[in-house]
Amino acid sequence: MTDFDETEFEDDWDDELPWICEEKPWRWEEDGLTVTRGSSFTGPGCHDGCGVLMYTDKDGKLVKVEGDPLNTYNQGRLCIRCLALKDVVNHPDRLHYPLKRAGERGENKWERISWDEAIATIAEKFNAIKAEFGAEAVVFAQGTGRDIAPYLQRLAFSFGSPNYVCYGLAGNACMIPRLSVQMMSLTAITMPDYSQMLPDRYEDEDYAIPECVIIWGRNPLASNADGNFGHWCIDAMKRGSKLVVVDPRLTWLAAQADIWLQVRPGTDAALALGMLNIIIQEDLFDRDFVELWTYGFEQLAERAAEYPVEKVAEITWIPAEKILAAARMYAKAKPALIEWGVAVDMTKESVPITHAINCLVNITGNLDVPGGNVITELACNVSGYYGWGNELISREQFEKRIGMDKYPMLRYGIPLASPDEMCDAILTDKPYPIKAMWVQANNPIACMAADPKKTYDSMKKLDFVVVVDLFHTPTTIAFADIVLPAAAFPERNGVRAVFYYAQCINQAVQIGETKGDAEICRLLGKALNPEAWEPYESEMDVWDDLGAGSGLTFEEMRNYGQMIHPNIYRKYEEGRLRAYDDAPGFNTPTGRAEMYSTVMEGYGLDPLPYYEEPPESPYSTPELMEEYPLILTTGARQVAFFHSEHRQIPSLRATYPYPQIEINPEVAKEYGIEQGDWVWIENSFGRCQQKANITNVVPKWLVHADHGWWFPEEEAAEPHLFGVFKSNVNQLVPYNCGRSGFGNSYKTMICKIYKVKEGEV
Amino acid sequence: MSEYGLLIDYKYCTGCLSCDFACNQEHGFPLGQSGIKVAQFGPWEIDTDKYEYLFVPALTELCTLCSQRVEKGKQPACVQHCQSLVMTYGRIEDLAKQMVGKPKHVLYSR
Ligand code: SF4
Ligand code: SF4
Ligand code: SF4
Repeated sequence: MTDFDETEFEDDWDDELPWICEEKPWRWEEDGLTVTRGSSFTGPGCHDGCGVLMYTDKDGKLVKVEGDPLNTYNQGRLCIRCLALKDVVNHPDRLHYPLKRAGERGENKWERISWDEAIATIAEKFNAIKAEFGAEAVVFAQGTGRDIAPYLQRLAFSFGSPNYVCYGLAGNACMIPRLSVQMMSLTAITMPDYSQMLPDRYEDEDYAIPECVIIWGRNPLASNADGNFGHWCIDAMKRGSKLVVVDPRLTWLAAQADIWLQVRPGTDAALALGMLNIIIQEDLFDRDFVELWTYGFEQLAERAAEYPVEKVAEITWIPAEKILAAARMYAKAKPALIEWGVAVDMTKESVPITHAINCLVNITGNLDVPGGNVITELACNVSGYYGWGNELISREQFEKRIGMDKYPMLRYGIPLASPDEMCDAILTDKPYPIKAMWVQANNPIACMAADPKKTYDSMKKLDFVVVVDLFHTPTTIAFADIVLPAAAFPERNGVRAVFYYAQCINQAVQIGETKGDAEICRLLGKALNPEAWEPYESEMDVWDDLGAGSGLTFEEMRNYGQMIHPNIYRKYEEGRLRAYDDAPGFNTPTGRAEMYSTVMEGYGLDPLPYYEEPPESPYSTPELMEEYPLILTTGARQVAFFHSEHRQIPSLRATYPYPQIEINPEVAKEYGIEQGDWVWIENSFGRCQQKANITNVVPKWLVHADHGWWFPEEEAAEPHLFGVFKSNVNQLVPYNCGRSGFGNSYKTMICKIYKVKEGEV
Repeated sequence: MSEYGLLIDYKYCTGCLSCDFACNQEHGFPLGQSGIKVAQFGPWEIDTDKYEYLFVPALTELCTLCSQRVEKGKQPACVQHCQSLVMTYGRIEDLAKQMVGKPKHVLYSR
């Protein structure tokens, strides 16, 4: 290895491959340290996979992580979670070896075992359950699923279980509603176009800066969600994009916005329909695009007409003139983009919100144009990434997937079971008994599970539970019979290929006996169904196979660093959305972008967007508002944490030491609450306590409470479980999904607050 | 006194703390210490629909302007990792010229 000068490599793109890439070293020496170029794709969790340079010393220890200046995605930038990554990798509390339970469940007593013993024991248990109850009695559960989904699905399906699930995520209310609606109405996934697929980024001649950016129900600066680097919106603002922010909270972006739409939580569909109506009434829509490429405009216009701006102002609590101004600004801007966040999913009737916002993109002709909402393709044809192992499960077993009979939309898109129905199935043994769960990258009772106590009861009822994670969590302690140590990304190889680009995840260090998530699935897969996993003799075989569409093996791909998928705009003009006939248009039943969804209609759902009041609100439960006068929204992201992770990392925790409830200063005064007081948050479903943060971020009618909190520094054993039920705000959120099976009221509850008395903390 | 400094366009500073963390990692400072720290002001309403919500980074005594990195042709750690790309390293004279006519910029010397 030789010293490597980064500056030698400028825009020298390789012409041989169909991908935008150049050969560059993935490992070199620099000042006595070894540098490994890679992608920060997970764990710890993150949606993005920024380009990183990992520095290791002569003892093989990770000492520094920097952004890769040659990676066009993050351009050398990193957020604090990757800048603190060495503290995650080297943390003394990391799980280093497989463990089996030595005492009772919950006692936190463990015995170290070998990988061989762990895999053999799990296989024996799973096979015994399969023999007695059927493979469907074993559930395979993931969390938010960055670099888990393909392996876990294949593991489940090769075993014969159709029950692959985001366990705890009521109404699959994160990204999945948005994906499903797009798959049904467009047969494509769109993302905001911040030039991420162009090698010269914003300066590229094929790019156009959006004249207007709408940030809807998202704080990208903290969340970096959905595969998009959050600060791209700042890049656009600097280049002149006007900003509209839809958020009930005064985030930093809302404060900078040209128009801030302070929406009442859960009323977004009314807002979108109101904007559609204004754009249609004022003839601001793109007539050519609508006529050529969309279906159902007349019906949409009729539906939107039911939402005149005065009515929308009443529903959303946003002044009519701001709604008018935002609709006009967005429709007149060419191009304009909308980036939407999980708030769109986290209300009961989330599907019509997504549908309505999609219609805004369609009628303004911002679909798949430079600087608009661009249709994504599989990065560098790294196929199998979605739907890996689909063919391994029999039709008969597939049809047993929990929730599919009740919610036909679950047939579309990612083959996930209904978490809501799964929880009931475990507790009631109906429609059939569930006996075991494999939990990988999921800490449901601390994080995404609605009604965490019900979720806890369900998992306690299981005969056998395996948890795979980086650290012990409330979930490992409470339920696990076997715990397997997962690798953080510097400890494993892999391929990052979600959107926009493919790149090798290169191992830089070894920590204990940790293994990557895919490798763990491969090992168990081999034990459960040797035939199905026969082609995969080693981990490398997995990467070679998944990456095969790129034309490169893993070892070859390594030498290219980042490989960008060359984007072609307006794919519907080129026949790129209909692989089977190459005809222009979309792969929907009508061949058009469906604003009137024939697929939803076929499922007995409303084919057009509509608004429905959240189940708990000043209008649907006025009688409850006397007791619970505040609207409660939850789950805003902090840059220091990925959901329930990172609480044990001192530098990150120091930036945000406690779970906080944001309270408006006037409200705090009325209740006699002072900054830093512990406060009870309570409604008819349950209560929790968090520390008061008195701030103008929230208006008088709203409080915001953090999610994902547990206290790794506290007692692990039951009943304390790292204090998991102390501050978990989901105790106030029931399982109550929308009629499609998608959406849940995580962000649209009501509550009261009062000071915690001495001795109650 | 160095003739070099940092120009920061704090209009777009989001308070993300990447500068603080990058500096701390680069120089191995104790927990919480850094060559750059970020102060928050607001949010409060200034006028109807106008809000003050501001983050302003300041250099501390620990800042060496990353002379060792710069010698190797790299950007200072904070400049490279700043998620808003609002920091510029250079000669104070040149940076001062760049600043003319721009709102919300601050120029630090060391
Ligand atoms: S967004 Fe942050 S945590 Fe995610 S990969 Fe990029 S730097 Fe790492
Ligand atoms: S220039 Fe270097 S030393 Fe100074 S604040 Fe930035 S990172 Fe720290
Ligand atoms: S890294 Fe940049 S945007 Fe983030 S706090 Fe520092 S100066 Fe501000």
